[in-house]
Amino acid sequence: MEPFRTLTALAMPLDRTNVDTDQIIPKQFLKRIERTGYGDFLFFDWRQTPSGEPVADFVLNDPRYKGARILIANKNFACGSSREHAAWALSDYGFRVVIAPTFADIFFSNAGKNGIVLARLTQEEVETLLQNAQEIPNYQLTVSLEAQTVTDGRGFSAKFEIDPFRKFCLMEGLDDIGLTLRHAAALDTFESKHDNAGWLKAK
Amino acid sequence: MSTEPKTLFEKVWEQHVVVEPEGEPTLLYVDLQLVHEVTSPQAFEGLRLAGRKVRRPDRTIATVDHNVPTTIEGRLNIVDQISATQIATLRKNCADFGVELYDVNSREQGIVHVIGPELGITKPGMTIVCGDSHTSTHGAFGALAFGIGTSEVEHVLATQTLPQSKPKTFRIAVEGVLPNGVTAKDIILAIIGKIGTDGATGSVIEYAGSAIRALSMEGRMTVCNMSIEAGARAGMIAPDATTFAYLEGRRFSPKGADWDKAVAEWSKLPSDPGAKFDRELVIDAATLVPYVSWGTSPGMVAPVTSRVPDPAAASNELDRKSFERALEYMNLKAGTPLDEIEVDRVFIGSCTNGRIEDLRAAARVAAGRKVSGHVSAMVVPGSQQVKAQAEKEGLDRIFREAGFDWREPGCSMCLGMNPDILLPGERCASTSNRNFEGRQGRGGRTHLVSPEMAAAAAIAGHFVDIRTWEVRQEVTA
Repeated sequence: MEPFRTLTALAMPLDRTNVDTDQIIPKQFLKRIERTGYGDFLFFDWRQTPSGEPVADFVLNDPRYKGARILIANKNFACGSSREHAAWALSDYGFRVVIAPTFADIFFSNAGKNGIVLARLTQEEVETLLQNAQEIPNYQLTVSLEAQTVTDGRGFSAKFEIDPFRKFCLMEGLDDIGLTLRHAAALDTFESKHDNAGWLKAK
Repeated sequence: MSTEPKTLFEKVWEQHVVVEPEGEPTLLYVDLQLVHEVTSPQAFEGLRLAGRKVRRPDRTIATVDHNVPTTIEGRLNIVDQISATQIATLRKNCADFGVELYDVNSREQGIVHVIGPELGITKPGMTIVCGDSHTSTHGAFGALAFGIGTSEVEHVLATQTLPQSKPKTFRIAVEGVLPNGVTAKDIILAIIGKIGTDGATGSVIEYAGSAIRALSMEGRMTVCNMSIEAGARAGMIAPDATTFAYLEGRRFSPKGADWDKAVAEWSKLPSDPGAKFDRELVIDAATLVPYVSWGTSPGMVAPVTSRVPDPAAASNELDRKSFERALEYMNLKAGTPLDEIEVDRVFIGSCTNGRIEDLRAAARVAAGRKVSGHVSAMVVPGSQQVKAQAEKEGLDRIFREAGFDWREPGCSMCLGMNPDILLPGERCASTSNRNFEGRQGRGGRTHLVSPEMAAAAAIAGHFVDIRTWEVRQEVTA
């Protein structure tokens, strides 16, 4: 996982609520057994007509936002299916940060595992950013994980909350299994006792 | 030990804490991981690359459900090569890592959330995970069960644990008696409609109250299944006599003295009187009706007796925009009575409503009637065992005679990863859990309903109020 400190990049506005992971990465791309190569399929059904023509008014097809690495979305982003493919697709496309008022729980976890920083700002702050990104050409945001801030260098500044441990893992790019195995001895002890609880055995 | 009254969730949580490192999430032990073909290949590959093993193959089971075809011919020769590869990959992974697999030809194959309970693998008090958001289904047994991503699947395979932050608790009590024709599906659709698709984000819901206690295990599973559609981390229902009666004698249920010991332990799980929840909501069962979803999010539901809502009447600008977009996608006009909406397809099945009781309910409606000439309807049992039981009871004959397709088990048209999909523009009455854009096939339009309502829509050709329709049918006959 690539460590994250600070990123200044073009921001893309996706002004929709309850964007579900079925839209982020439609089911037909869930059959692959690889972890990479999902970027081209990000928001596939919103990007292309059934006959394969680009949908001109969809923001991912707007040349003004080419190269964006920060996505601004509305509330309850990435709800629905647990598919981590949604995080893989966003990351593979180039997004390192998503800003929204709220995120769905499972995606919140999946994003962290893939080095994507999720910045929860207030509804009002997100509305401001959505509007700025639509109206101001080449609208750049700076996201500092260390300071937990989103700024635009033209007066906008907002702070976001993040769990200190999640922040540490994102900043260091740490692998979770390795972290858990620091507790291997505690796990062995717990497990040998827990296995006596026959009523909690699977088989 | 503290003597503070505890919730069901807190009791299960506390029994699974491995360590609580300072400043880090709790490391939670996982009793059972369920694995399927779609969200596991990258996890097993991760283990291989790191030279890791599956820590507890005895706490892991696998099946194929998401992309298996539902016709015999389709299963014998899976023409979609990418699907075939994914299934073959699971087979190899299970063989290499020693995980028990309920394969396509197994008499116990089925949707992962249907087979766990029916094999008696799912048990009260367990922690259960699966790379599938509808893992919340297993909470019906008083287990803490939740969906995870593929990185977490790998983490559990390797360590049998997950770092977790403790969620909040949310008690939803449904009190009173459900009116006739109103089902478990309608309870959960009503709840999602009321609190919204992010109404329980960050929380574990405990469903309680007399209407919940009166539900069968199948009904309880339907309710817990769609907890994720309200944004909840999990849904739980306290185990009771209904739970124990369901589990007794199942293949992996404890036997003899172990059974008595297990029941004694499970009986300690219900929330203590006076236990505190972060949030509570009470719903009067008598006010519930059959619901139909009209939009592209499970929160967009309305009583079947009402009309497609007018976006102009939305309480805020955000909702207005999303309602407009939904109506455009669904090709519906505000003000249209829901019972005038005609359907092209009907899907009865899924981890929400693909169990034996669901099929019985749908068959009661279909018996002696015919599917409308312009409707194509299919019934997909949730598992091989559900299918076998239904056939034993003659339900397959009832469905076939009425003109329904009778299929092999799998997730099928709930998410359209196999050949069962809607064509662009087709409208479907579905007993599944999500009405997202394109969920059942690109351009397809999904309306979520109960099995009874879906069967009735198949016969009538449009939505009907099951409470009065059946009476009218009898009078006409």
